[in-house]
Amino acid sequence: MIRCVPALIAGLVAALSLGACEGNRADEIVVGEFASLTGGTATFGRSSDAGVQLAVEEINAAGGLLGKTLRVVVEDDQSKPEEARTAVLKLLKQDRVVAVLGEVASSRSLAAAPECQRAGVPMISPASTNPKVTQVGDHIFRVCFIDPFQGSTMAKFAMKTLGAKTAAILRDVKNDYSVGLADFFRDEFLREGGKILTDVSYSEGDIDFKAQLTAIRAVRPEVVFVPGYYTEVGLIARQARELGIAVPLLGGDGWDSPRTVEIGGAAVDGCYFSNHYAADDPTEAVQSFIEKYRRKHFEVPDAMAVLGYDAAQVLADAIRRAGTTEGAKLRDAIAATRDFPGISGKITIDEQRNARKSLVVLKIDGGKVKFFQKVEP
Amino acid sequence: MNEFLQQVVNGIAWGSLYALIALGYTMVYGVLRLINFAHGDVYMIGAMVAYYAARALLAPGTASAPAFFALLALSMAACGLLGFLIERLAYRPLRRSPKFTALITAIGVSLLLENGGQLFFGPDPKFFPQLIESREISPGSGIVITNVQLLILGVSLTLMLGLQFLVFRTRVGTALRAVSYSAETASLMGIDVDRMISLTFVLGSMLAGAAGVLVGLSNPKIEPLMGIMPGLKAFVAAVVGGIGNIPGAMAGGLLMGLSEVLVVGYVSSTYRDAIAFVILIVVLLVRPSGLFGTSLEEKV
Repeated sequence: MIRCVPALIAGLVAALSLGACEGNRADEIVVGEFASLTGGTATFGRSSDAGVQLAVEEINAAGGLLGKTLRVVVEDDQSKPEEARTAVLKLLKQDRVVAVLGEVASSRSLAAAPECQRAGVPMISPASTNPKVTQVGDHIFRVCFIDPFQGSTMAKFAMKTLGAKTAAILRDVKNDYSVGLADFFRDEFLREGGKILTDVSYSEGDIDFKAQLTAIRAVRPEVVFVPGYYTEVGLIARQARELGIAVPLLGGDGWDSPRTVEIGGAAVDGCYFSNHYAADDPTEAVQSFIEKYRRKHFEVPDAMAVLGYDAAQVLADAIRRAGTTEGAKLRDAIAATRDFPGISGKITIDEQRNARKSLVVLKIDGGKVKFFQKVEP
Repeated sequence: MNEFLQQVVNGIAWGSLYALIALGYTMVYGVLRLINFAHGDVYMIGAMVAYYAARALLAPGTASAPAFFALLALSMAACGLLGFLIERLAYRPLRRSPKFTALITAIGVSLLLENGGQLFFGPDPKFFPQLIESREISPGSGIVITNVQLLILGVSLTLMLGLQFLVFRTRVGTALRAVSYSAETASLMGIDVDRMISLTFVLGSMLAGAAGVLVGLSNPKIEPLMGIMPGLKAFVAAVVGGIGNIPGAMAGGLLMGLSEVLVVGYVSSTYRDAIAFVILIVVLLVRPSGLFGTSLEEKV
């Protein structure tokens, strides 16, 4: 047994190096994508991937990029940050991708971004809104707004539109996105003269929130801010209503999944969340995208699908303008993106490599998610 | 005051789930002196069986109490069968090996169920159908108690009493206790030891299955790794209550649930998982045989 081990290792090394030497075909541009196709936030990954695939199909149908076919290698990170890093390392080292698309969740983008930065390969996150993501380095971009804007908008919305003077916060302490968004909401709410009555937390994966909700119920807030992901939000809403908390719950784009309404049912009625796009936006570009998407997936795209599509289109546009897929030049081209007509709005990449864009507030009403108002940055 | 009472209600509801899982742990340990680490994963299978059965057999929206009890029975039966198979295939071949081997095998079975579950059911969370509409039964008191919470506590207590009755008032129970005392002597008395051990696993796994369905009912998110933490906590509950002791497991479970909820409610959710182990350490320091356990002199 012991004697076979060296032979085994030699065999493995040979197999690995063979794989690595293979290289990519000359008539292809290979782009990597990592997404949560399975796990706790599977709809994020599936939607953004569907958006990316739709964009790639269109790009290739229109003749590809620089005379080459665009190919996307997709890796699943199972909704886990540590897997996200592994997935991106595989994309960089084994598939030798020229750019990386992903992730939706900030924790996972943050886990993978340092690898892209080190390798000098540009990474575009479709929907990670935590400011820290693009602060990792000059190769990390995003095509969405960031949480200071989202958090302060929801705080103003709570005070001005809903007339609330007091709020409670229920945040997911294990989630960079949730912690960041909760802080930005709190800061703005206090600055505007409101009161945060209590600020309690849970951990991703919890299923029982009654203890926290009972503490919130005791202080009688006028709104509860729950900047979590849809899996927990649905359960939180149900348990809140069971305990008799009737005030509106507010959230961010982490709520954007068909599952929020599916899990939450009547409990999420009358709740509001901020998002990147509204499906009932009458704009021609949005409606024709929805039509295209629906023909393929038989459902209305959520914002993650729209942003996945936009991220891929922004990358394609930059490759066209750069005329090359060489890392530094491609990076500069992405950084120079100005007024790109995305489905989620005009995309301009600023000096911090974030997109400056408008935001929509959506209301859940009778099991349907409806446009409520639009806020410019 | 209302807030505190509400937290107590929350804690008891949550703890009765731990209690149900802990009962199975304690039962297997009581008879075999084996910690069945796969127990928490059998609980997961219980929830999954009920989920798929509900999807296959019930039209959406036709939730009813009889349907719930039918699913509960089905799930318990499926888990009983699984427990039987686990014992037959994984533990029985090792009956004569050192205890340590069986313990490691138990961890192996647990990993098999967790990863097999991810492969088979997929790692995405699933949302358990609402079989019984959750309804408040204490209006006006300021403290919300729902019918589902009461049901869970009721089922836990019933199963605990049933188990207690079986072990102490029936012939099978006498045989079980004889095997627990000394398997060799029991076999000399004409007791089929293998059958008794199978029965222990079947019963223990049925309890885990019941807990799986009940958690689906009250906290309707289920996934293949859902058994790890509750399994661990229920194990702690069983040890705290005095492992091998049936009312002890129940009390341990309730204590675990209560302390968790109170810590989350009054301190911070970050300590949710830590409190279980703090209690374990304190109890082991003060009463090494657990709250209800009787200390046994180990024969050397």
